[in-house]
Amino acid sequence: MKKFSVGALAVSTTLLSPLAAHAQTEVQFWHAFTGRLGELVAAQVEDFNASQDNYTVVQSHKGNYSETLNAGIAAFRAGEQPQILMVFEVGTATMMAASGATRPVHEVMAASGAAFDQDAYIGAVKGYYTSTDGDMLSLPFNASTPVLWVNRNAFEAAGVDPDTDLSTWQNVGETLTALQAGGSTCPLVTAWQSWIHLENFSAYHDVPFATMDNGFAGLDTELSVNGPAQVAHLTAMGEWAADGKFIYTGRRNEGGANFRAGECALFTESSAGYAGIKAEAKFDFDVRPLPYWEGVGSAPQNTIIGGASLWVMEGHEADEYKGAGEFLSFLSSSDVQAQWHQDTGYLPITAEASAATKASGFYEANVGTEVAVIQMTANAPTANSNGLRLGSFDQIRGIIDEELEAIWAGDKSAQEAMDSVVARGNPLLRRFEQANK
Amino acid sequence: MEKRVTFKGWLLPLCLIAPQVIVSAIFFFYPAAQAVWQSLFIPDPFGLSMQWVGLGNFEYLLSDPYYRASFLTTGIFSILVTLVSMIPALFLAVVADRLIKGAGAYRTMLIWPYAVAPAIAGVLWLFMFNTRVGVVSWYLGNLGYDWNHVLNGNEAMGLVVVSSSWGRISYNFLFFFAALQSVPKSVIEAAAIDGARFWKRFWTIVLPLLSPTTFFLLVVNIVYAFFETFGVIHTITAGGPQQSTTILVYKVFSDGFVGQDLGSSAAQSVILLVVVGALTIFQFKFVERRVHY
Repeated sequence: MKKFSVGALAVSTTLLSPLAAHAQTEVQFWHAFTGRLGELVAAQVEDFNASQDNYTVVQSHKGNYSETLNAGIAAFRAGEQPQILMVFEVGTATMMAASGATRPVHEVMAASGAAFDQDAYIGAVKGYYTSTDGDMLSLPFNASTPVLWVNRNAFEAAGVDPDTDLSTWQNVGETLTALQAGGSTCPLVTAWQSWIHLENFSAYHDVPFATMDNGFAGLDTELSVNGPAQVAHLTAMGEWAADGKFIYTGRRNEGGANFRAGECALFTESSAGYAGIKAEAKFDFDVRPLPYWEGVGSAPQNTIIGGASLWVMEGHEADEYKGAGEFLSFLSSSDVQAQWHQDTGYLPITAEASAATKASGFYEANVGTEVAVIQMTANAPTANSNGLRLGSFDQIRGIIDEELEAIWAGDKSAQEAMDSVVARGNPLLRRFEQANK
Repeated sequence: MEKRVTFKGWLLPLCLIAPQVIVSAIFFFYPAAQAVWQSLFIPDPFGLSMQWVGLGNFEYLLSDPYYRASFLTTGIFSILVTLVSMIPALFLAVVADRLIKGAGAYRTMLIWPYAVAPAIAGVLWLFMFNTRVGVVSWYLGNLGYDWNHVLNGNEAMGLVVVSSSWGRISYNFLFFFAALQSVPKSVIEAAAIDGARFWKRFWTIVLPLLSPTTFFLLVVNIVYAFFETFGVIHTITAGGPQQSTTILVYKVFSDGFVGQDLGSSAAQSVILLVVVGALTIFQFKFVERRVHY
């Protein structure tokens, strides 16, 4: 029996191998997704490969966002770069500055002949990845925006009406006090503090995060996070931290564990937290728009995205670019996008995918999933809310994290901490400017 | 009369040292030379262009107060790791040396942690001290101590020191244990007959006889603390909170691989090379004088 199966295997491999060898162009796709998201990406790739027989996309996971970017850079230096590389939004300026290493997506699409209409993409998503000339340089892939998650049961346990208006931070502040008085040990927790409480905060209140239109207008940009709006918000957050109303858990999404376990009443987190919270939460939850300070700036403007886009790397054959173009156009087709949006909680990147989702009745069945879309698209983005384009941004975020921790620990006032962010971050921006002259 | 054994001709000795020379040249001298060269430029991440800045990278680094503070952090960290990994190791070795029954089992168990990779050791400790689900932090909480290494720099430093030293204790134990075995029994017996108690014998006879081993371990452990603890720091604190656990080698990584600033990263590795070189020379020149072979 064993012999037979080995023989059968040998025969079948011999039979099948000419098929596999049949001139298919291979397109490498490096991404940063694991777990459920990794499975969904793998499924998308399989669907694409099955849908045609000229190209084979080979997907591989290269670690977290930073590691994937590093793998791409190291591979480029060694001449082994993939055709398609996933880069998180923080790495956008790095990629944009490296014009000899990347091939703009609009060119790839034009050359491949695939249908491509830049205007089909949602403005605030597109803006992040578009050059000042209005050309799309990378394809938005997974985009999310921060929202407020509410644990209704925790509200009831503390004797607070879960339907309280939480649209402004003023109201949230009062609610936190009520929650604490009602016995809650974790009224508010957050994920991604810099992204939510500084980057998105600035866009949402239409105040600059950095000069030169947040870096969109040039490399000679400087941080301006020490403005009065940001400082006022962080001062309030610092007071809440000191009072035990805001619980700090870490720089990434550590707080998600606390919220999903039902310990915390409010949680500011990406809209893409949906899949995890829905799967694990054993309580009723709501999704609300991110709160804003009534009377500050022109809030609520629009929030900005986080997530990643797909970059096409330079240095490959023409037919490989054609394959890459086909694959990217498959990914942005409205069916694929609508499915992705519904499976993950990431935003639909095209207006069409958004409309398709609405038509399918998904938003009625999954209340709250539309909040992020509305919040992103409510207003046309301004120069302050288009996104951020700063070099060395991953490191600047590290500095911001450190200084925010100093506020939460009570070591520094919000003003001191933000002044320090500016003083420490600007030299990094100057280094980046010098490296990319 | 010449007592030394010498080679006839030079071909054989050359062949014998060649592997070592080649390995050092490829894996040490060549990269070190490249680092020195790169430290004089600001390149872009993709290697598309480079700008000559001379000593600009060094100027930039040394004018950064956080970089200067990182020297102090590294000093504190290295001294603590060296002490915490050597003193318990010596104690365990002395105790294990006196065992009569089950010495083999104890020895094996004591050497075990050395097999755990630093990054994994980091995760294990992080898990125990996790502010939310950690067993140890939970007990500390019950005792009324609010453990939070995420915000408290001293606690973070303590945690990375313990996690870095833990596996290292085994390594040091092994060397101390072997050294203890080679202490001549006759000397100790003679002292015992003279009426010297155990600790008296330890201080006056055993410890001086262990000094070559202690010196070797001192050098090796400091080098370990400088270079190989990266995995632990990366997994537990990522250099935080507020740079309180950012040691020099971690900053090389974070500037080079998070910030993509290869010029600064190269300059830092050159500085690190000089510091460790100087430290080793110092140790051999001054500390070794007190070593009795």
